[in-house]
Amino acid sequence: MSGPQRITPFWAEDGAEETETKGESAMPAIRAITMPKWGLAMEEGMLARWAIEEGASVGLGDEIMDIETSKIANVFESPVAGVLRRKVVGEGDTVPVGALLGVVTEGDVPDAEIDAFVADFLASFATAEKDEADAPAAEPIAVEGRTIRHLRLGPDGGTPILMIHGFGADLSTWMFNQEAIAGDRAVYALDLPGHGGSSKQVDDGSVEGLARMVKAYMDVVGIDRAHLVGHSLGGAIALEVASTAPDRVAALTLIAPAAFGPEIATDFIEGFISETRSRKLRPVLEMLVANPDMVSADMVEDVLKFKRLDGAPAALRTIADANFGGGSQKASLRDRLAGLDVPVHVIWGEDDRILPARHAEGLPESVSVTRLSGAGHIAHMEKASEINGVIKSVS
Amino acid sequence: MSKKSYRQAINEAIRQEMERDSRVIIMGEDIAGGTGTKGDQDAWGGPLGVTKGLRPQFGPDRVLDTHLAEISFVGAAVGAAATGLRPIVELMFVDFAGVCFDQIFNQAAKFRYMFGGKAVTPLVVRTMYGAGFRAASQHSQCLYPMFTHIPGLKVALPSNPYEAKGLLIQAIRDDDPVIFFEHKALYDMEGEVPDEAYAIPFGEANVTREGDDVTIVAFGRMVNFANEAADNLAKSGITCTVVDPRTTSPLDTETILETVAETGRLVVVDEAHPRCSMASDVAGLVAENAFDALRAPIRMVTAPHAPVPFSSVLEDLYIPGVDKIEAAVRGVMEHGRKEAAE
Repeated sequence: MSGPQRITPFWAEDGAEETETKGESAMPAIRAITMPKWGLAMEEGMLARWAIEEGASVGLGDEIMDIETSKIANVFESPVAGVLRRKVVGEGDTVPVGALLGVVTEGDVPDAEIDAFVADFLASFATAEKDEADAPAAEPIAVEGRTIRHLRLGPDGGTPILMIHGFGADLSTWMFNQEAIAGDRAVYALDLPGHGGSSKQVDDGSVEGLARMVKAYMDVVGIDRAHLVGHSLGGAIALEVASTAPDRVAALTLIAPAAFGPEIATDFIEGFISETRSRKLRPVLEMLVANPDMVSADMVEDVLKFKRLDGAPAALRTIADANFGGGSQKASLRDRLAGLDVPVHVIWGEDDRILPARHAEGLPESVSVTRLSGAGHIAHMEKASEINGVIKSVS
Repeated sequence: MSKKSYRQAINEAIRQEMERDSRVIIMGEDIAGGTGTKGDQDAWGGPLGVTKGLRPQFGPDRVLDTHLAEISFVGAAVGAAATGLRPIVELMFVDFAGVCFDQIFNQAAKFRYMFGGKAVTPLVVRTMYGAGFRAASQHSQCLYPMFTHIPGLKVALPSNPYEAKGLLIQAIRDDDPVIFFEHKALYDMEGEVPDEAYAIPFGEANVTREGDDVTIVAFGRMVNFANEAADNLAKSGITCTVVDPRTTSPLDTETILETVAETGRLVVVDEAHPRCSMASDVAGLVAENAFDALRAPIRMVTAPHAPVPFSSVLEDLYIPGVDKIEAAVRGVMEHGRKEAAE
């Protein structure tokens, strides 16, 4: 009777696990809510607030608590459904990644069983600590004589996913997504040229040029065909790859993609490039989100650290001028959608202040559109579980 | 990005700049070690191993062991800077600066001004400072206020490995003489440091903690103590903004004044003696420009006006620490409450 004792971290909560759960749906089950790992650098997190009380029901993806790390503060959406039976960690407490935060049950489970579950977990967690040495890390590879930093998570098998970040970001933008969707397939994320740990050479900075580098990267890594997930400028790049190399793309998920209309918040682009002080940059970054509290001091500092790298400001300038010069987006790729023969999903935060959500209107009928309320431009961070669900449903 | 020590961060900054620009040279006592002998070259790599590996890579023409006379080799570096090289000269302990003040204060600092802006002096003087090393009063001083006092010099005080690399690269690329202070107790401190080259602009403070109650302005090694104090105080409900100015010249007065305007209280932490120090300088700045924002008197946490003791017990008491910072913060928070109660 090992089933109910199974410990399910949220990133393992994928299709396969769900099927198994459904098969034994009549059985009572105890599930652990554990401290998630948001990004490679996260070692611990602080439970800032419980959103529900013990005894309350919680659905998959419902807000269950707020977690703060040194990098980011965000809502933690429940990875499981059931009744919150036990709060193991109190508000304001900081615990390591993987530590037991609470217990959710399905069906009729006596308190004694929960006590035993918690005791077992704590005993095994204490001994299981410190085996993180072989945790996957982002690494540099050579692509056409340049360095591209990338991160691969997940096992072989199925159609791989390739995640392409937006202007000024890097692969850590997928901290709430990449691991969560990598349960049954390889999920790659790269730093675009000019960004993160990749070479700062961007040539003309155009979407076409960046898309060529993405295709070259796919060649080097050995990705024949992938589901491309692109955010903002990365969305435009993904679409460019799909329309110029259709045999390489199995599906597209475009989150607030660029090149869907002329409007763009130029003050964001200019502020992002020019502000060198944290107190000036913060309000610029707050434009990215519906809830400004999500922007932490470390998030601001990380952007500043990126911008101080040799060549980074020039790369941003070149890309901005090539794509958003003169106060509007230069290219429109939305006409390319009709010619695509793969599933395309477009997702937009209603409160997007960088690229307006109305750019999601008037798309071909073959394109599924999801508009998320309470999310801004970085909806994949703000509404991670909804977007992870969409990505997994497409794959 | 990987974890590196303060020592490695400095070494990497020098190495990357020497690779980028052939005009960059480095000179100082034992920075390689073994010059003129049949023994190992690069035997020392600097008194604390900071410059290890540079001599084998760049050779004796660009990595120069000098004789033991700061008056002449610092002077030679000033001359090299004035005539087209970009020298990094290591003044082993800043305490030895006295013998080469003329070269630094009267020559390097004045060239741009006295030659009508036509001369540049791209010199970096790297030097160790600070107590805690059981090195007694002639090897433990914090003389950065003296250099900060001189117009024409820039002064950097990195508080962690990330800053050490970025500020040193900025110093090497800067066309003015920069005195770069390395705290000897920080060489083994580790932190995330990008592998790529990056420069941190001078005169831009880093706000390491954000709070509502008290602004703590701290310098060099003291930033780390201030952060620890702020974290401890946060547990008892007192939240502090911690400002690391990174450079004392130029000084980011804007960030200091803005944060004091928000909190209304100021504690300045400086490992130097209290008179004519960064502590008194920042206190004066705030008293003059943000008086109306202040809700309590400014507190300075400094070393005493006394030489650094050789006794380890006394040296530990001498250095401003986390406890003293916390006490000062609690002190400024108490101000007004007692009076209200009376």
